[in-house]
Parts: sequence; structure tokens; C-alpha cells
Amino acid sequence: MSDIIRRDPRAEWIARNRLHPLHAEMAAPAAETRGPSGLIRKNPHAVGFIGPNGIKRIDRSGGSGAAVGIRRGARSAQQVELPLHTVENPDYYVVAVLDMVGGRLTSHDKDVLGQAHKLIRGGDGSGAVLAVVFGEHKEEAFDKAGVDRLLHLTGSEFDGYCPEQKVACLAEVEKQYQPRYWLFPDSINGGNELGCRLAARLGERPATQAWQVDRDTSVCRGGGGLSDITRDTPRLLLLAEECADPIDETRHQVLALELDRKPRIINRLQDCGQVAVDPNSVSLAEAEFILSAGNGIHDWDQFHQAAEALGATEGASRVAVDDGFMPRFRQVGATGTWVTARVYVAVGISGAVQHMQGIGQCDKVVAINTDAGCDMVKRADLSIIGDSQKVLAQLIELARDYREGGAENAA
Amino acid sequence: MANAEHLKIVALVSVGQHPKSGRARRAEQDARAVELGLNLCGEKVQVLHAGDVAEESLRSYAGMGLKQLRVLQQAAGADASVALGDYLSEHLPDIVLTGVRAESGESSGMTPYLLAEKLGWPLVTRIADIARIENGEAEILQALPRGQRRAIRVRLPFVASVDNAAAAPRQSAYGPGRRAELENLPWVETADEVRAAFEEAPARKRPKRLKMVKAKTAAERFKAATAKSQGGGGRVIKDQPPHEQAQAIFDLLLEEGVLR
Ligand SMILES: Cc1cc2nc3c(=O)[nH]c(=O)nc-3n(C[C@H](O)[C@H](O)[C@H](O)COP(=O)(O)OP(=O)(O)OC[C@H]3O[C@@H](n4cnc5c(N)ncnc54)[C@H](O)[C@@H]3O)c2cc1C
Repeated sequence: MSDIIRRDPRAEWIARNRLHPLHAEMAAPAAETRGPSGLIRKNPHAVGFIGPNGIKRIDRSGGSGAAVGIRRGARSAQQVELPLHTVENPDYYVVAVLDMVGGRLTSHDKDVLGQAHKLIRGGDGSGAVLAVVFGEHKEEAFDKAGVDRLLHLTGSEFDGYCPEQKVACLAEVEKQYQPRYWLFPDSINGGNELGCRLAARLGERPATQAWQVDRDTSVCRGGGGLSDITRDTPRLLLLAEECADPIDETRHQVLALELDRKPRIINRLQDCGQVAVDPNSVSLAEAEFILSAGNGIHDWDQFHQAAEALGATEGASRVAVDDGFMPRFRQVGATGTWVTARVYVAVGISGAVQHMQGIGQCDKVVAINTDAGCDMVKRADLSIIGDSQKVLAQLIELARDYREGGAENAA
Repeated sequence: MANAEHLKIVALVSVGQHPKSGRARRAEQDARAVELGLNLCGEKVQVLHAGDVAEESLRSYAGMGLKQLRVLQQAAGADASVALGDYLSEHLPDIVLTGVRAESGESSGMTPYLLAEKLGWPLVTRIADIARIENGEAEILQALPRGQRRAIRVRLPFVASVDNAAAAPRQSAYGPGRRAELENLPWVETADEVRAAFEEAPARKRPKRLKMVKAKTAAERFKAATAKSQGGGGRVIKDQPPHEQAQAIFDLLLEEGVLR
């Protein structure tokens, strides 16, 4: 539907015709009229509208005053298209190498992109932010995060741990695009390592843990976090979290760029894969995948089996802990641990605020609950309405099949 | 633990700083590097520092059971990584162990990278342990975020930075630390000119980012302040047999790559 505001002549006509059976609906009495003595009169009955629950609502923002005879094509207020920021033929590039944990932009990545635009804004010439992404990704919102140009390097050579291969590619980017700035997130998810490797390769002296950066000076955390170092802004920066505000008011082009020559080198570090770690030895705050139990669990042996079969770290709500089914250090929430898991599966947890506080930073929440109206289901990205015991039994089976199948494929 | 008695292992140490009091101490990660070295080849591990031999906190490394600790004499404004690089390319050890980030000074964590680049050796970052050394090849456990570990194989010689996940350093004994020999080696100094231009000040508290509500009208602001978190685009699966429901969860876990 279009956004064009259209007059409805029929409605206008009915509004003028007091004898029309539909007149009362079409002609909401004017809120302001001139009285017989010439004074402005306000009709308190005419303001507002009747809400869906039958209660009168007054909206003073003027957003929803249904004007007679005027019909909007669509609910336009909801999806405002952000203005598109375009850069044609950029004079220079600011390169941001992104972490992309789990194939998506992290909040740290978004801060770095925001910083990249901050370095360009108000400067001479037109600069474009070139984001470098290694390997496959699942991100769809590069445009809203401020990516003008995207260099997406894929291929089997980027599978697994391959910092040397990546740095060789970045050195090639340096040759081909000669970026004005190199920005990396100073994170343990690879940004710090790649940045330092590239700095050593290019012979640049990077600013690390930089948290306040403009074109002239940068402020960096030094001395184990006890001091601030103010220095001239170098070409290569490793940025701390929340160094700048992420982009949220513009869309960007995300034009794909290519690397002319893709170097392929022999990795001296041979990746032998991740080592199996007992998920319950990982601290709850750090765990990546948590299976959490609440008052809706009736078969605790089965729950422990499920956690083991899935390879998840166990968590619990306060009720499960208070009732003695789980140890205190497994409690998630305001008085327990604040978790940062990427995937949080809440089994039989209603979602009390105290519990929700603890999972504020989780990416994907899955709820298994018998009550479709509970708060956990409202928060969850995927909700299963059903009995926890039956669903967990099926999950255990699936996980075991998967592992056996994997073993067969490997053999 | 790997048997590596015949190997030349150098652990680089710096002067640490207590995170609260700021007092000089042995640096946490460097001490772990020394510990790893001691476990690999006993007392033969060479512990090396570039700086001032009079520094008291060096004694607490020596107190971990070292007979001797070598110091490349450097003034305060000198670039230690240059001196260390020169020393190492002269002596060519098999393994160089460092911390990830120093606790004082610039704290940039660049030293292992610069050394590896200068020596032309591979660098393994954030290691938790060296599991095995055989036929000139080491099997290393690397610490990953979220308590995970990755196995890496690399040929000797190499540089490795030791993470906080490595074995905790043994206690330092005061008396042996006093008695240990600190060997002072005068060394060429390279002034660190970039650093001279730095202004250092006690860390300022960083403002916390506030949740900005970009609302144009009072009604929108009110809504933002009071609204409960909405179930966004959450998918709800209801009235289906349990195995289909479980399959939906399982697919999500697979897609997110959390099943191993
Ligand atoms: C000061 C204070 C601090 C607190 N701190 C915390 C905290 O840190 N962490 C915390 O978790 N809580 C905390 N609480 C408690 C919190 O308010 C809730 O009481 C608690 O989180 C509820 O736990 P629950 O969801 O497991 O139990 P319930 O609220 O009883 O929910 C059980 C859920 O399981 C579902 N269910 C029942 N049977 C089944 C079944 N067979 N299959 C599937 N689903 C089923 C039900 O529909 C229900 O939604 C705190 C409370 C206070 C007052």
C-alpha cells in the first residue's frame, strides 16, 4: 500500500449530511467550535477515541487522530525508512576488521563501525567505511550498522583458526586500498590478535584499548587499566568497547568490493580443532550455551542427562536452587549469576524479573513451558508450549542420534 | 607434561603492578610464563628482563626457584622490545614465553608480536598449556573465550604468549629470591621516541553508556520507559507433537553452532 494520503469524498459527504444513518460514525464532532457569541468553545466529549478495550483514550501527540475523510494507505509511522548515506568514488577508506562472533555483528563491532564514521565525519574529502569480514556470516543488517563497502573473504582457507592467512589478506588490502585508518575491536574474539599481528607486519605502532578517539588525539587505557595515555592518533587502532556510539540514524550502501590478489600461504600454526571441555567446568558467567531449569522440571535425572547429551552448561532459577535440586552457584538472575550465553534454553521457568535481569545479555532465548502467556515466552526467540519432560526426552534422543551419526561420518 | 629438558626456553618477565594499590609486583601472566617454563625444563629455564636490575619485584620471580635471572640493562625511556629482539636473535632459543599484556607502561601487548615478526617465528597467542613436545613439534592448548580450548601444533622454534588460563604460578619464597643471582648485562639502548610524546595520567572513570531513547513525542517516551520487553519476532510452537517441537529447538542449536 502506498503512503499517499487520500481524501475520501464519500466520508466527507456523509459527515456533512446529518440525516445519513452513518453520520455519527463519520462526523466526530469537532473538538473546537466557535460558539454563537463568537468565542472558541472546546467540546470535551469530542477529543480522543475509544480504545480497543472500550476505554476512552486521549492521544495528545496527534499521531492517531483519525481525521474524517482522510485514509492512510499504510501504517507509515512504524517503518520509517532511514535515509541512505551514499559515498560515490571515495577519496579514502577507513577499514574496520570485524569479529563477527557466531557470524553476526557484535555490539563491539558496531561501536567500531560508529568510530569509523566518527573519524570520517567533518573531515576533508569523502571517506568510506570498508568492513572486512572473513568466512561465512549470517548478518543481514550491515546497512544499518554503517558499512559503506564490504570486503567479504570466503573460502576454505578461512575455516578454523588461521590468523596468518588473514593477516596476509589484510596486508594485501593495505597494498590495494591504502586505508587512512585501520580499526579493530580490541577483543578476545580475534580482533586484538589480528590487529597486533597486522601492526607488527606493517611496522605501525597501534593504539590499544583506545576509548576516546578523534582525528588528532586518542586516549588509551594503559598500565593494566590504571592509567590513561593521551597520544596522537596513529593509523592503526585497537578500540575498546563503547568507544563510540553505533550508527542508528542512517542506512549505508554495503557495496561489495573485491581483493585483486588473494594470497594463499602455508599456515605454520596447525589448527587441531577445539578440545572437548567439560561444560560444567566452565563458569556460568562465561558459558556459551546454558540449559536452565526451573520449577517446571519434575524429573531431575532427565534434566542432567539432557544437559550432558547437548553439551550444555547447567543453570537454574532461584526456586530450583531453594528447593535443593541445584547448587547455589548455578542460580541465574539478580541474586545469582548474570550470564552472557549465546543460547539460553529455559525449561519450566516463568520469567520473573529477577531472573530476566540475569539473562539480559543472552542472544537467543528458547523457552519450554506449559504456559503460553508467561514472561519467558514473551522474551524468547523460540517458544515451545508443552510439557518439559516430553520435549527433553525427544531432545536427548535427537542429540544422541546426532552424535552417533557424526561419529559414523567421521569414521 | 611435556619432556623438554634439552630445550632452550626463555621466559620474558616484566615488572607488574597491583591492580588496586598500584604497587610493583611480579606480573600475573609473566609469572605464569615462568611457571610453564619451570614445568617444561626445570631450573634450566632462562628468565630474562629488560630494564633495571635494582628493581625489587624481580626478586619475586627469582623466588619461584630460579638460580639466576638475566637482566638486559635499559634506562627507563628505552624500547625494551628492541633489546629483547636483539638478544633473542643472538641466542636463538627454542621457545620464547611471554605474558599477553604488561601490567604497567603502555600495556599494548605488542612485545610477543614484535619479537615473532623480528625473529620470523610463528606466534601462538594466549596459550594455556604446552601438552607435548615431540620431534621438534609442540602441541599447544590455546585458551579461547568462554573457557574453551583449542589444540594447535607448531614447529619449534616459536614465540608464545601465556594467558591467565595457564597454571597458576607457584608461590615465591623470599629467602631464595634474595639469594638468587641477578646477572646484569649492559645492552644497547634504543630510545622509544613515540612513547616520549605520550601523556600519562591516572585512569579516568569511563562514563557508562546510557540507553538513549530517541523518541519525538511524550507518548513515545512514556512507552519506551514503561513498556515490558515484547516478544519481538519470537516463534511460538504450540499443539504439535513433542518430537517436532524438539526438532525445532535442535535446528536452532545447530544453526547457532553450539552443539559440538
Ligand atoms: C529479592 C529477590 C531476588 C530474587 N533473585 C532471583 C534470582 O536471582 N534468580 C531467580 O531465578 N529468581 C530470583 N528470585 C525469584 C523470582 O522472583 C521467581 O520466584 C523465580 O525466578 C521463579 O522461578 P521459576 O520460574 O523456576 O518458578 P515458577 O515461577 O514457579 O515457574 C515455573 C514455570 O514452569 C512452568 N511449568 C510447570 N510445569 C511444567 C512442565 N511440566 N513443563 C514445562 N513447564 C512447566 C510453569 O508454567 C511456570 O511458568 C528472586 C526473588 C526475590 C524476591
